[in-house]
Amino acid sequence: MWSYAFRRVLMTIPTLLLVITVCYLMLHATPGGPFDSERKISAAVLANLQAKYHLDLPLWQQYLYYLKSLLQGDLGASFRYADWSVNDLVANALPVSLAIGGGSLLLSVFIGVGLGIIAALRQNSMVDYLVMLVGNLGSAFPSFIIGPVLIMIFAIWFPLLPAGGWNDYQLAYMVLPMALLTFINVSTIGRVMRGSLIEVMNSNFIRTAKAKGLPMRTIVFRHSLKPALMPVVSVLGPLAISSITSAVVTESVFSLPGLGKLIVNGASNRDYTLVLGLVVLVTVVAVVLNLLVDLAYALLDPKIRY
Amino acid sequence: MLRSKQKAAAEAIAANVGAVAVDGRSPWRDARERFFRNKAAVLSLVILTLITLACVFGPMLLQHSYEDTDWEAMSLAPTLLNGHYFGTDELGRDLLVRCLIGGRISLMVGLMATIASVTIGIVWGATAGFLGGKVDTVMMRIVDMMYAVPYLLIAILMVTLLGREFYLVVLTITVFSWMDMARVVRGQTLSIKSKEYIEAARAIGVSTSSIIFRHVVPNLLGIVVIYTTVTVPGVILTESVLSFLGLGVQEPMTSWGVLIEDGTGVMETTPWILLFPAAMLSITLYCANYIGDGMRDALDPKDR
Repeated sequence: MWSYAFRRVLMTIPTLLLVITVCYLMLHATPGGPFDSERKISAAVLANLQAKYHLDLPLWQQYLYYLKSLLQGDLGASFRYADWSVNDLVANALPVSLAIGGGSLLLSVFIGVGLGIIAALRQNSMVDYLVMLVGNLGSAFPSFIIGPVLIMIFAIWFPLLPAGGWNDYQLAYMVLPMALLTFINVSTIGRVMRGSLIEVMNSNFIRTAKAKGLPMRTIVFRHSLKPALMPVVSVLGPLAISSITSAVVTESVFSLPGLGKLIVNGASNRDYTLVLGLVVLVTVVAVVLNLLVDLAYALLDPKIRY
Repeated sequence: MLRSKQKAAAEAIAANVGAVAVDGRSPWRDARERFFRNKAAVLSLVILTLITLACVFGPMLLQHSYEDTDWEAMSLAPTLLNGHYFGTDELGRDLLVRCLIGGRISLMVGLMATIASVTIGIVWGATAGFLGGKVDTVMMRIVDMMYAVPYLLIAILMVTLLGREFYLVVLTITVFSWMDMARVVRGQTLSIKSKEYIEAARAIGVSTSSIIFRHVVPNLLGIVVIYTTVTVPGVILTESVLSFLGLGVQEPMTSWGVLIEDGTGVMETTPWILLFPAAMLSITLYCANYIGDGMRDALDPKDR
């Protein structure tokens, strides 16, 4: 187990280096420098500026400086927002994304697992059809269609909630974005949970438990829940990452000041360092999440031996 | 007497064999029949064909152009009177023609990126599967790495840096769409390589090229077809997300994602500008998913 964990941790390093290097080189190959402004700068000032940011060095040294500052947790300065470092921008945006994304993921685990259990135990009942319907809708309709439809229904036809925007973590502004993300996540978790519980309930050891005359409640909660949850754990990693990714869409739809909005604004303003910094940050988070899920999986499933 | 009996039996057997040969069915014919028995898949195929035909030929047949402003009809609701069957957008451009032109771009990106990523995936997976060993390990590690990366963000970075030309959007989407195919093809190649019927074919002296073309490729094709139909909706969806974020093809060109983004801004007053392209994209994705399911049911060898 420990050697597996060690190898698994080591494996993340080439992934991170690859992404950072490719992104850095792509950024470097783009024409235009950070000091190409309309205001002419004298040659001496330009030379000083370039020396300050190590731009006068060969590419590989610049790259090493960049890696060093990344290791120190410094994502660099923004091209477009004067006096703002990428770190400051992230510090403002991250909590918003975390609240919406993390909150909805937590919510959807409970709802998804709950609905999945009911659907699996009562196949072809109303709840079962509901889970299947939500699953189909959530996987077939893209979030940027479901989102506006939610706004249309709950903010325009029945003006119960604000159509978008942000007001200092006020709950009303968080309901619709969280509902959207939860809906999409529940569609995956519910389907996976339903399928895996049906499979577990058909297995031999559950038949034995039934034959012993155990009550249904004990069978479900003591015997079948843990093995049935394994596939759910394995989709949590991809789901968490897709929550980060779909934050890009959700935050655009509901105009929330989170990481997703930041990266889209950065992309349309051609704020290269900001986009690069965010991509690096999110990649690190995604790779670490994948790592955690794999390790959790190895811990939870006694059948897996490395 | 005995002779003639044996002869008669032999003839009967021969006749039977002949009858069986005439009645023989290829796996592909089986698959086709299974697919056409699946009503949802067939209906989806018909609808998707109609949408494609409308997108390709519709703009030539309709009276309005996708970039001309109709000064007398801005933000017009859907009507049958003056040819604006889907209404017009806030600049007075005919929404039906724009939906069809946008569909052309979306479907075209979908088609091209699918072809490109399927080709890369097959070559990558088959190479890794056939060569095995260290090469296989390294190639599959790279696939694992690509999976660990949050692709949409890197796609955004690529589109920001490279530009928003049509072929660059295709390239960006392709880079992150080939891994599923590579994995599946590799797995299939590995398992086919060690199957008994391959061994049997070797044992009776079938040449390597016949083994590959008669036994390996047909078994690979099924799964390739399945995963191609699964790739299409994913690719179309990625293109629409990029367009929706304003990072796809640029005005006056359009795609379903761009139209949906436009519609979102004005849905309070003129909801049809959102609803028509959203409906077209959703129907296309839904149909593509059903066709993929139908293909899987028809071609999956485990299901026989």
